[in-house]
Amino acid sequence: MTALEIARDVRGGARSAREVVEEHLAAIAFREGELHAFNLVLADEARARADEVDRRVAAGEDPGPLAGVPVAVKDNLCTRAVPTTCSSRILDGWRPPYDATVVTRLREAGAVLVGKTNMDEFAMGSSTENSAFGPTRNPRDPSRVPGGSSGGSAAAVAAGFAAVALGSDTGGSIRQPAALCGVVGLKPTYGLVSRYGLVAFASSLDQIGPLGATVADAALALEVIAGHDPADSTSIPQPPPALAGVLSDGVDGLRIGIVRELMGGIDADVAARVAAAAAALEAAGAKVDEASVPALGLGLSAYYLIATAEASSNLARYDGVRYGLRVDGEDITAMYGATRAAGFGAEVKRRIMLGTYALSAGYYDAYYGQAQRVRTLVIRDFEAAYASYDLLLTPTTPSTAFLLGAKTDDPLAMYLSDVCTIPSNLAGHPAVSVPYGTGDDGLPVGVQLLAPALGEATMLRAAAVLEAAGS
Amino acid sequence: MAGISREDVVHVARLARLDVTDDEVDRFTEQLAAVLEHAADVAALDTTGVPPTAHPLPLVNVLREDVPGPSLDRDEVLSMAPAVEDGQFRVPRIL
Repeated sequence: MTALEIARDVRGGARSAREVVEEHLAAIAFREGELHAFNLVLADEARARADEVDRRVAAGEDPGPLAGVPVAVKDNLCTRAVPTTCSSRILDGWRPPYDATVVTRLREAGAVLVGKTNMDEFAMGSSTENSAFGPTRNPRDPSRVPGGSSGGSAAAVAAGFAAVALGSDTGGSIRQPAALCGVVGLKPTYGLVSRYGLVAFASSLDQIGPLGATVADAALALEVIAGHDPADSTSIPQPPPALAGVLSDGVDGLRIGIVRELMGGIDADVAARVAAAAAALEAAGAKVDEASVPALGLGLSAYYLIATAEASSNLARYDGVRYGLRVDGEDITAMYGATRAAGFGAEVKRRIMLGTYALSAGYYDAYYGQAQRVRTLVIRDFEAAYASYDLLLTPTTPSTAFLLGAKTDDPLAMYLSDVCTIPSNLAGHPAVSVPYGTGDDGLPVGVQLLAPALGEATMLRAAAVLEAAGS
Repeated sequence: MAGISREDVVHVARLARLDVTDDEVDRFTEQLAAVLEHAADVAALDTTGVPPTAHPLPLVNVLREDVPGPSLDRDEVLSMAPAVEDGQFRVPRIL
């Protein structure tokens, strides 16, 4: 059942929230041991919460647009008094003293939180293999990765553990796992969703967004979590766009460009699905042709300098003083070094090192400064493209889901799996991955729609057309 | 752009307050060199006259009303700390 159907039935009294949550907990009991989508399953809390929703319905109240909908949230979203690990040993034992704004909004909308999902440590990775608690497996083929870093959230939705899930997306961490697991994943416009209570990775790129089985479910979840929040100074101070009403508006007359620069190095079977998606949009009345957005080809390198630079600064807070792990040393500097060495995994260390290097004296201008200028070029080229196009179309990922272990020893190969998703983060634009058939191996392929800032409504109209054409 | 050396890696690890083993220094030297080589296209680009972008939004200072509001509970926060004394975080010798 979709989130929309669950909420409709629970609000109308046709089904109880308790019955719905028991079904999802049964699915978790059946397959979680194999998949490891969660760091923590909140079964008792979910049952109690579902009973509360049912009491409100019985009392004639409306619990909200996500009434009784089982949701899973990535384990970098703070939940008060409930462990929040970022899949890192350095946050061992930490229970946040507050809820993330998105967690509060889900609860106020009647949702039932079933668990905290596994992820690459501090959201650094593209396969969920960089978790201190072991990898998540892809529900479509457990020998393969679910993508990452929101791999647990994507797997939870694909396996029916939760109707919708929240992830975070710094360079593709919602869209890439959504594509690899065959679900819808949406990165909103930067500032549309409050980041208050999201453990920071790269603050100028991070954005929270939904994953769902359908476009309508992703839109519904986004409507619930979007909107201004005084607790996040980068939160856009205006009402969020209305989405539910536009999903059936179609694409007649829309101009859509296939980004030439992001079609190189893409597997042939994935490229074929992008061509098929273009044909479907054209058949629905859109005008589709090839667009050139040259700077997007430079995005990957710029991203890995900017994101690691910001991460090296953000992760300075894990020092063993206020929370989490501490490894004692004879003085405070020794304590810092030993705590961070023991608490961080290999990829996090690698990125802290790269970011520190890119910011250090003598290299700042050549690397970090240059990357920031390339970011300007990416934004300018997007602006030029959107003068001629309403939306852009690309693959979400260069390939379908790869085997566990295939890229763990080659960080650069792993980074390359984000080449199509990174430009939207650099520009702060929205993007959505929609499942669109399968590759030669029978595994899901995602196609990606990009829009200018606050273009979610137009983007989701096209996503709905693709969903209808692909099913 | 000269490649990254072992000495660079040791220096950067010290800046980042990250203890590293000899094996890690070897591995990071090799891996960071590969990533930086890939970034050579960015480093070599002529960007004369292009301003840097630090953030996707035009950021302005956001100030809240100067009115006292609820803040985190001190005991709840301190209960998460590795070491506490007299209502404060306790750390090893600094000087």
